[in-house]
Amino acid sequence: MRMYWSVFKLRLYNGLQYRSAALAGIVTQFFWGFIAIMVFEAFYSQALSQPPMSLPELISYIWLKQAFLILVILWLRDSELSDLITSGNIAYDLCRPSGIYNFWYAKLLAQRLSGAALRCSPILIISFFLPHPYRLMSPPDSFAFWLFIISLLLGLLLVTAISMLIYISVFATLSPSGSFLMFAVLGEFLSGMIVPIPLLPQWLQQILYALPFHFTADFPFRVYSGHIPASEALVGIGIQMIWLAVLFVVGKWLMSRALRNIVVQGG
Amino acid sequence: MITVRGLHKTFRVAKRSTGLGQAVKALFHREYKAIEALKDISFSIEPGEIVGYIGPNGAGKSTTIKVMSGILVPDSGICSIMGYTPWEQRVSYVKHIGVVFGQRSQLWWDVPVIDSFELLRDIYKVPETEYQSNLSLLTETLDLQELLGIPVRQLSLGQRMRCEIAASLLHSPSVLFLDEPTIGLDAMSKIAVRRFIQTINAERGVTVILTTHDMSDIEALASRIILIGKGRLLHDGSLQGLRSQFSTRKVITADYRTCHRPLAIPGAAILSWSPERAQFSINTGEIVVSEVLAALSSQVELLDVTIDGQPIEDLIIQLYKEHQLS
Repeated sequence: MRMYWSVFKLRLYNGLQYRSAALAGIVTQFFWGFIAIMVFEAFYSQALSQPPMSLPELISYIWLKQAFLILVILWLRDSELSDLITSGNIAYDLCRPSGIYNFWYAKLLAQRLSGAALRCSPILIISFFLPHPYRLMSPPDSFAFWLFIISLLLGLLLVTAISMLIYISVFATLSPSGSFLMFAVLGEFLSGMIVPIPLLPQWLQQILYALPFHFTADFPFRVYSGHIPASEALVGIGIQMIWLAVLFVVGKWLMSRALRNIVVQGG
Repeated sequence: MITVRGLHKTFRVAKRSTGLGQAVKALFHREYKAIEALKDISFSIEPGEIVGYIGPNGAGKSTTIKVMSGILVPDSGICSIMGYTPWEQRVSYVKHIGVVFGQRSQLWWDVPVIDSFELLRDIYKVPETEYQSNLSLLTETLDLQELLGIPVRQLSLGQRMRCEIAASLLHSPSVLFLDEPTIGLDAMSKIAVRRFIQTINAERGVTVILTTHDMSDIEALASRIILIGKGRLLHDGSLQGLRSQFSTRKVITADYRTCHRPLAIPGAAILSWSPERAQFSINTGEIVVSEVLAALSSQVELLDVTIDGQPIEDLIIQLYKEHQLS
């Protein structure tokens, strides 16, 4: 446990060195947030029927997405880890008295948390005080808020578990950019980061709800606004845990297979 | 302590041919070539030994180190180190070993060295008192005091290597694998690293296995060498043993009072000659040094004589040639 805390601390410390990157990130996320809100606002003003998600719910969704982007985007890439695999520096990680899966999982989790630590609060605070239509609304009640926190954290664990699969695939492809490009495009859409899932066609929604991606971003953000009521949210949290267990088991199995076939070349 | 028996490892490598046509062909059909990196390697090492593991590039040195440190899984063979099979009990085994790969880095690039050390302390669960005493010993013997607060990216190669070695010893391992620890270091740093290896071997009884291309490392450190080439074990024994077995050639350089008459010594080949100085090469299997000196002194008035054995590098080259490796 102490080791994971230590990895996290070092990562956080590492991440804090890049203050200007964090600042630039905040500005970019605000910019994108406004664009997305304006685009949806335009669509909503021309809507022929009542959209399945109200505009305030949608706006909250967008701000939460912008604030917690680093926590939930699948394509957040830790080039250090993929470099470990392609350059063979994984040799050192294999000399440590810990499972590689857990060790890397801790590193990835720490990377997300340290990135978000710097970025989320300014966006949340400012968007909370914006004028009316652009405002991040508060959750309907405190129960919904706590459900949101739990589902967001589970979503974070889930997206990290999925991204571990991407890193494991690098063992086979040796091309991190290839692995990431594929997963990133697909994953971003599937998790509702581009268009919230309720706004998609019915048949597509059915497919997306059966996949784990929706539980990483779409689900917690809708729990926040109360678009997913508490009773449904509790069921969803249960499903999140099941997915998490499945992904852990699959990831560990794939990792142990990959490590048995590993070839560390050179020097 | 370490027993290795009948180790085999084969890598499957895609054949690459030159030319665009071949490259396109390889897209559809790829031919693989099996490269035998290790062929029936066996040896055993006692606690407290310093063993030099040498061989030409591509001989399989690093592959052996990687197998012994639990990174690679061999195709067949037995490797037992302190009762562990490295690749099967990796997690419990690696607590007892330290590894330095001279060409790789285990320190975090962007943070001060001491932070990487503290992370390693937590990864290996080293008790605080043990960590502090190890750290102070390492800091002192490797002269790290001023480096600890500097981010790794700002260190020179020699400074970084000293930190890398220290990082591998924070958890007091009983076996230390050093894969080319002196690569790219200047003379000063090399000597510092060597002295340090001797110190931890003598004071803590750490068993050291070291690969290197620098024969002076071996001469300074290793009482025993294991020579491999093309994946096969060629020699296992002392450096002196290797010398007496293969090095029968000696070079005798004689300075004498000017003498214009060319010298002729039976059984010795003249390498160079001038009126003041001559160099002979002899084979100690055929002629004894004293006979050559007697013959010399009967022909000229000797001022100075030096007798040189074959340098270790030449010896290795000769060995490679004998085994048709070069």
